[in-house]
Amino acid sequence: MSSPFSINGGACVAMVGKDCVAIACDLRLGLQALTVSNNFPKVFQYGEHVFLGLTGLATDVATVSDLFRYKVNMYRLREERAIAPRTFANLVSSSLYERRFGPYFVSPVVAGLDPKTGEPFICGFDSIGCIDFAKDFIVSGTASDQLFGMCESLWEPNLPAEDLFETISQALLNAVDRDALSGWGAHVYIIEKDKVTKRLLKGRQD
Amino acid sequence: MEVLLGITGKDFTLIAASKAAMRGATVLKASDDKTRHLNKHTLMAFSGEAGDTVQFAEYIQANAQLYSMRNETDLSPSALANFVRGELASSLRSRKPYNVNLLLGGVDPITHKPSLYWLDYLASLASLPYAAHGYAQYYCLSILDKHHHPDITLHQGIKILNMCTDELKRRLPIDFKGMTVKAVTKDGIIDIEFDDDKVVKSA
Repeated sequence: MSSPFSINGGACVAMVGKDCVAIACDLRLGLQALTVSNNFPKVFQYGEHVFLGLTGLATDVATVSDLFRYKVNMYRLREERAIAPRTFANLVSSSLYERRFGPYFVSPVVAGLDPKTGEPFICGFDSIGCIDFAKDFIVSGTASDQLFGMCESLWEPNLPAEDLFETISQALLNAVDRDALSGWGAHVYIIEKDKVTKRLLKGRQD
Repeated sequence: MEVLLGITGKDFTLIAASKAAMRGATVLKASDDKTRHLNKHTLMAFSGEAGDTVQFAEYIQANAQLYSMRNETDLSPSALANFVRGELASSLRSRKPYNVNLLLGGVDPITHKPSLYWLDYLASLASLPYAAHGYAQYYCLSILDKHHHPDITLHQGIKILNMCTDELKRRLPIDFKGMTVKAVTKDGIIDIEFDDDKVVKSA
């Protein structure tokens, strides 16, 4: 109840499809049971094909997303190339472990496509940077139990982009409807080799 | 029992703060101004722990004014909101964090777009059409949900603000001694006359 991870609420999910990945989040920002804002996105873009979802304490969602914007910009200037999702995942991991004994209260999710091979990549983390690589889907946030259930029943291997959008959207929307701390609409990103589609879902407003 | 309210409209942002300065159950002052002008078109209202509030607000005010003097240009409301968030976030993980909740209202000097930012002591930042802090959230947000529209005039905004303060007078157990009300418009920050003596019959 008063865990820093569940004060503000929120949910995030990423999925692998055929030559594509998807990442989605809800839009709620709350203080315990009170909803303060219904336009608080939790997915951030760090390159053409690199995305980061952050759930947990809202202040740390903002701090960590700003920190990685700075780190990724510095990486691009130093290396003169965009960061790859796998490299970004290791950057997230080491940055979180730097705060081992006073962590950021966030559960990050990385989704992207390898810039060379176009291979889908998703992974999740705990708040101190332990990476959870996955071939299917990653969930995080106060609705993570519900998201596990939805993803286990809806997801299947090698979904094309349009079907992956339908799958991730249904999984998220139906999961947050069973969680009082998440919901109020969603942002869904479908990432393909030469196209990124962002869709705004309305969802239940209660 | 401090009250902070903020409402945006077509071409303005209204900020209201209760006048009572309290210490425990005692009202020390009935004409307290819990707002600071950051620059010509940005206003900040604050509530929270006694010493922290004014100290933090005036630190932000000084830095905003220093920036304006050095660069001969003002920071926009969004830039200021993110600056304040950064200061509050680094304070949160220090030995003695500031316990301050803020509302930051402004009108962009170039686009003339009104904006309102809600910040709590954890440094959570949200840009909102209308906002409140403390117990006032529980009484006022539902009223604002029902009556607010993004294109209301200043006159309509003050009317909705009156509905909010009436409800607070009706429901809050302690008298908050009326409100200081200010509006930010493209021409600057103006004081709004507000009737504090209106008696509201309890339900």
